[in-house]
Amino acid sequence: MLNDVAVVLEHMEGVLAEVSFEMLAKGRELARASGGRLVAVLPGHGVRNLVDELGAADVVTLVEHEALAHYTPEAYVRALAAALTALEPRAALVASSSMGLDQAGALSVRLGWPLCAYCRDAHLDGDGLSAVSQIYGGKLLAEAVVQGAHAICAMLPGAAQAAEGRAPGTPAVEMISPPDLVALPVRFKRLIRPEAGDVDITRESVLVSVGRGIQSQDNIPLLEELAHALGGALSASRPIVDQGWLPKTRQVGKSGLSVKPKLYVAVGISGAPEHIEGMRGAELILAINTDPGAPIFDVAHYGVVSDLFDVLPLLTEKIKSRA
Amino acid sequence: MDIVVPVKMVPDLVEELEVNAEGTDLDRSVMKLRINEFDEHAVEEALGLKGRHGARVTVLAVDTGDVDETLFTCLAKGADRAVKITGDFQNGVSSHTMAAVLAKVIAGMPHDLILAGVQAADDRDGQVGVLLGATMGLPHVSVVTGVEPAGDKAVSVRQEYAGGLVAELEVDLPAVLGIQAARQAPRYAPVSKVRQIMKTAKLEAIAAPAVDAGAGSTVRRLAKPEVAGRAEFIEGSPEEVAERLYAILTERGLVK
Ligand SMILES: Cc1cc2nc3c(=O)[nH]c(=O)nc-3n(C[C@H](O)[C@H](O)[C@H](O)COP(=O)(O)OP(=O)(O)OC[C@H]3O[C@@H](n4cnc5c(N)ncnc54)[C@H](O)[C@@H]3O)c2cc1C
Repeated sequence: MLNDVAVVLEHMEGVLAEVSFEMLAKGRELARASGGRLVAVLPGHGVRNLVDELGAADVVTLVEHEALAHYTPEAYVRALAAALTALEPRAALVASSSMGLDQAGALSVRLGWPLCAYCRDAHLDGDGLSAVSQIYGGKLLAEAVVQGAHAICAMLPGAAQAAEGRAPGTPAVEMISPPDLVALPVRFKRLIRPEAGDVDITRESVLVSVGRGIQSQDNIPLLEELAHALGGALSASRPIVDQGWLPKTRQVGKSGLSVKPKLYVAVGISGAPEHIEGMRGAELILAINTDPGAPIFDVAHYGVVSDLFDVLPLLTEKIKSRA
Repeated sequence: MDIVVPVKMVPDLVEELEVNAEGTDLDRSVMKLRINEFDEHAVEEALGLKGRHGARVTVLAVDTGDVDETLFTCLAKGADRAVKITGDFQNGVSSHTMAAVLAKVIAGMPHDLILAGVQAADDRDGQVGVLLGATMGLPHVSVVTGVEPAGDKAVSVRQEYAGGLVAELEVDLPAVLGIQAARQAPRYAPVSKVRQIMKTAKLEAIAAPAVDAGAGSTVRRLAKPEVAGRAEFIEGSPEEVAERLYAILTERGLVK
């Protein structure tokens, strides 16, 4: 219905993603403002049991089909397009995740609804729907007024409190059977699990994290020394892993691991939203970066604007030579 | 196989970003542009496929300014064809508009595989690749890290999820893929080679077709985030900074 708010849920191997609960929390706020229902849209096969976790929603729209047993973009987009066409919500929240990157844009074109990507926030009031997108690597926020009766907001992880999206109770379930899920042009083959590495960075209490500011693989030992002195391990941003300088098991962020160490030292890391997603829960964050405008300083507790090569060797020395 | 790679220019994020007087857009007069880094990976993945299996690689760019050198660089790296889509795009262009323009242009050229960067720093109204796929009615997969032919009419791709989980998917061609990272780090074209190509090769120009697509939203405020808990900055000589950091770590029992 025209003032309902829909939340497109995401799950993998039978577990709902944290961001889904965050979106339920944000969706509740929007539904309160619009006076409509909060509808959780759950596509999948054999996922009805997940409804028990969706007490925050007024109703769950279950899109059940065997072609949705494994995630593939095409099948899920078709299923979601059918569900959203039937629901006609004021706003649909989709996660800004790998699956969400498939879904939000495709739904925007298929349904003809505007899309706001990378949303940190969304509001509904007398002026309509507005969304705050985090763009330019996290350096700027764009607040936009959205036209039309329906819209899609791709919500960044961390935009709301997941705890507020968890509530007891089992909402009513409405079933929607998706059309034409045959002869799909994208087919699931297999799931590949990450190989266990030498170090499990999710269990380390101190991480020294390397970013592209390190410039060359030859400089990694410099940071390794600091990590050792602190009794911790090395982690990294994605480009370091893409370049093969450190193994994938050390990657922190959206397409890597989420970590919550006691200390996270971000060295030459700009703080793109995809990185911050994986480390903002660290207890103490130190960041060293030559750019005072680097978004990493927005989440760090202590910041140093300086060349990493000037400060870090001195720090390592001090720690090593402590009494 | 014909591979088409649409690339786009984005502000260099290492530079300070200036907002215009209205506070609604970047001040484009002072902006330094560079190729979107994920598009660089898309170009690399295309050239890698060409190297391993043979392909014709066409690179396309909507002319939002400063695209010539980027296109020549792609030719220097080994692309077969570089096309500039001209029009009135100097004030930026929404992703929906760019996708609609690209869809019409690409429809008129051979295309088995379209590789786009998974996202760009400025695509506020969505990522161009996925919008392009949907506009053309082609299958699309986002966050792709590996592409290999699977027979003549499909490719096998890897899609990445959180936690390092990866799915292998088979995708019928033609298709659009949002490339996250190429198999190898993007190759480098020496400046001398780019200069030489600039003298010998020509960019093709295609006038942008008229399209009826936009973001569907209007920015009313563009600004730096106001953060409550921004870092406390430690200043001084490197020696003083190291001393202070050491003290902080010691106070918290992180140096034992
Ligand atoms: C779907 C998707 C998933 C992603 N997943 C992840 C992920 O899991 N993890 C991740 O990290 N990224 C991820 N990314 C990539 C992310 O968008 C950024 O590109 C990446 O985080 C940037 O890494 P960086 O900060 O090391 O590099 P850059 O952004 O290039 O930053 C380098 C920094 O080093 C600083 N610097 C340079 N020289 C020095 C010096 N001498 N001393 C000190 N500082 C210096 C610069 O000022 C700059 O801020 C993902 C992207 C997408 C699209």
